[in-house]
Amino acid sequence: MSAELIVAAALFTGVLAYAIFGGADFGSGFFDATAGGARRGAELRTLIDHSIGPVWEANHVWLVYILVTWWTAFPTAFAAAMTTLWLPLMLALLGIVLRGASFAFRKYSETLGEARLFGGIFALSSLITPFFLGCTAGAIASGRVPAGGHGDLITSWLNPTGVVGGLVAGGTCAFLAGSFLVADAARAGHEHLADQLRIRMLGVGVATGLVVFAGLFLLRSDAPTLFDGLSGRALPLVLLSAGAGLATLVLVARRRYAVARFTAVGAVGTVVLGWGVAQYPWLLVDQVKFADAAGAPATLHALIFATVLAAVLVVPALAYLYYLTQTERWTKH
Amino acid sequence: MALSLGSHIVLACFGVAFPSMIFVVHILGLRGNATALTLAKRWSKASAVLFAIGAVSGTVLSFEMGLLWPGLMGKYGDVLGLPFAFEGMSFFIEAIFLGIYLYGWGRMSPKVHPFMLLPMAAAGIFGTFCVLSVNAWMNWPTGFRLVNGEVTDVHPWRAMFNERVWLQFAHMWVGAFMVVGFTVAGVYAVGMLKGRRDAHHRLGFLVPFVFASCAALVQPVIGHVLGFGMDAHQPSKLAAFEFAETTTDGASPLRIGGVWIDGKPRGTIDIPKVGSLVAENSFTKPVTGMDTIPAADRPDDSAINIAHWTFQSMIGLGSALAGGVVLFWFARWRRRDLLANRWFLRGVALAGPAAILALEFGWTATEVGRQPWVVYGYLRTADAATDNPWLWWSLGGVTVLYVAMGIAGAVVLRSMSRRWREGVADLPSPYGPARIQETADKGAHA
Ligand code: HDD
Ligand code: HEM
Ligand code: HEM
Repeated sequence: MSAELIVAAALFTGVLAYAIFGGADFGSGFFDATAGGARRGAELRTLIDHSIGPVWEANHVWLVYILVTWWTAFPTAFAAAMTTLWLPLMLALLGIVLRGASFAFRKYSETLGEARLFGGIFALSSLITPFFLGCTAGAIASGRVPAGGHGDLITSWLNPTGVVGGLVAGGTCAFLAGSFLVADAARAGHEHLADQLRIRMLGVGVATGLVVFAGLFLLRSDAPTLFDGLSGRALPLVLLSAGAGLATLVLVARRRYAVARFTAVGAVGTVVLGWGVAQYPWLLVDQVKFADAAGAPATLHALIFATVLAAVLVVPALAYLYYLTQTERWTKH
Repeated sequence: MALSLGSHIVLACFGVAFPSMIFVVHILGLRGNATALTLAKRWSKASAVLFAIGAVSGTVLSFEMGLLWPGLMGKYGDVLGLPFAFEGMSFFIEAIFLGIYLYGWGRMSPKVHPFMLLPMAAAGIFGTFCVLSVNAWMNWPTGFRLVNGEVTDVHPWRAMFNERVWLQFAHMWVGAFMVVGFTVAGVYAVGMLKGRRDAHHRLGFLVPFVFASCAALVQPVIGHVLGFGMDAHQPSKLAAFEFAETTTDGASPLRIGGVWIDGKPRGTIDIPKVGSLVAENSFTKPVTGMDTIPAADRPDDSAINIAHWTFQSMIGLGSALAGGVVLFWFARWRRRDLLANRWFLRGVALAGPAAILALEFGWTATEVGRQPWVVYGYLRTADAATDNPWLWWSLGGVTVLYVAMGIAGAVVLRSMSRRWREGVADLPSPYGPARIQETADKGAHA
């Protein structure tokens, strides 16, 4: 395998991890927003605090990892994307800032009024961030980011593929978050809450599934290269994703929450992977291929070293964190 | 960029230096000091808020690198990217162990728990090194060649371990301990001024103050050494710092204050020969004058003034802080407790803001003194920056956002500290079922 391929794989692993971990994290905002008034939503909001509190900062470092790997390994393509997709990225950034800060502020606010204000900001920004990141992905995947950069600031992302990307991102986030929250609620013994979440989770699942498959038809004319990939090379992954998504709905309906978490991750993971496989070998679809965008070889080698070192140091630590949050002692408290 | 960096750098200092201080009080607490244990708990809650804004402000920066500086990242991304990649790794470590530590209270074996802070402290060191490596590279670009406008022959390791990085790192890392040490000590000094002179306040003052003291004493030494070699690698910056309009014959004077108008310094207080001593460590070697720099490569007058003033203010503040620290420990050695002295406490309350200012001034001096270059001698600021038509709107938006975030953060931290003073131990969330019930009961009584 050539160096740029290894780095591209490492970069895409970051995208995948962010879609799953960051996604589950963002999606909790949907459930927070729909939890109801202060009294009725109290239990659910506390559960959300508890579930994402220890992990949200780590989950969101994946985005930083994606950005730095991208600009180090494929600098010109990075500059092209940044000059074109300036607006949605700024808006996603706004969402990230508001979300992180208001989440921390809400937990320690003194009065219910303050908590409501920060909670509202948290929930809203959790919804907009994945949408705009999805638009960004859609713009790249539909070939609207010119190799030289400075593409249209609006129509590059505000178009059918971009909007589909945004909606799919939002939906998959809520879907993932639902599967984790419902399992957490059941494990902590909040049966009533779990039942409430179960209904909403099923609704989100059905809606997301519909958006994904309706979106596929729009892509046919709007993003032909991507569509060819999805209906060709990546078709097995798309089908796998559909299967896993359906299985999740069945499992949740039958209250098998612990297993449903894994099928939900599988459904989202395969759909993101399918996107990656479908757009390969393009970095910016129809414009720049990975091989042509690569930076200096010495840098790629150094970057591979950095990634391996990070894998050795970070993965065990991350596993330990997730393990701790899933133990009895951490859940019950 | 300057605004987000200016805020991030202060918050990042807490990420770098605060874990070590919490570690000390936590360990003291485990050895049976109940006051120290309370401090550790409170500091870890306050750090949850500070680190959260620190982390999001850092994410803003990683976006901004691309959004605002496409000319830099597109051209030199593969030269300077490696330290950023390592920095990403240290953020992971920091964020992971932060999550474990914050939520570990009461859920982890008390013997293991404080040690979760050590990876955070290590990540702080490593992360600081990595960012400073980028900044040092912009001052001393190496590890590549420019052939017909194309970047070739890239050696990322050489770029990362450039000659300036060690000193700049040391200066920044120690600066972080000054900022956090004096700020936290200042909070307790204010408490003592208000008459709260219990063991809690004394310990809360002493631990950060010891850290800050060590840092304040070595900082002038590191800073002085950092100035060497600038004559060779960035003569225009040194000339701006020292207001040297021409190369003098023999030792240069130290010029304090004044303004630079049309290529001439005016109204400075000149101390003969000392300029050469501080800048060159020599009694005879002059500072290279601005007139030796080609006109197109000189900073403009306002940049020269900013660089000169911020540089000297940094040194002034740093020396004052070092002096204050010496005073305190000298008095203590003579068995006089300056904590009983209100003027000293007022001074400590101001020391935090002073250290923050010194830090901001230091950055401004290096960055503005480097103008018109972003990458010294290679890339001009004008060519690196974005030409986006919406830039000003977004800058306005970012400003509003940061101000709002700063106010909200301050409100939350103050209300936390007030509730602690009123004896509330674990700050239940206001929308938790317990508090909601309580509010409802109160409503029913009313
Ligand atoms: C708490 C903060 C603080 C304090 C008290 C000082 N500095 Fe500083 N200084 C910084 C914080 C800082 C900084 C913000 O961290 C800078 C900017 C870039 C860097 O590497 O460090 C800096 C830069 C900087 C530079 C420029 C390096 C370059 O451009 O390559 C010099 C020569 C000094 N400092 C010298 C000093 C001296 C002689 C001090 C004596 C008291 C001093 N500093 C106190
Ligand atoms: C490593 C961390 C960095 C820190 C802490 C930092 C800090 C600062 C600060 C505080 C200023 C304020 C100047 C002012 O407002 O007058 C500034 C200005 C500036 N920074 Fe940075 N900077 C860093 C990295 C960078 C990078 C990576 C770039 C690259 C593109 C950059 C480019 C500039 C430029 C060009 C200015 C001057 C703007 C002007 O005055 O017109 N800096 N920086
Ligand atoms: C000297 C200056 C700097 C120091 C000492 C520093 C240090 C740190 C530290 C310790 C953190 C972790 C904060 C936390 O999670 O609590 C952090 C976060 C971050 N910093 Fe900086 N930083 C500096 C400047 C910069 C610059 C110039 C960038 C530009 C790319 C940057 C990018 C980031 C990012 C992306 C994060 C977020 C990481 C996360 O999500 O946890 N930092 N920084």
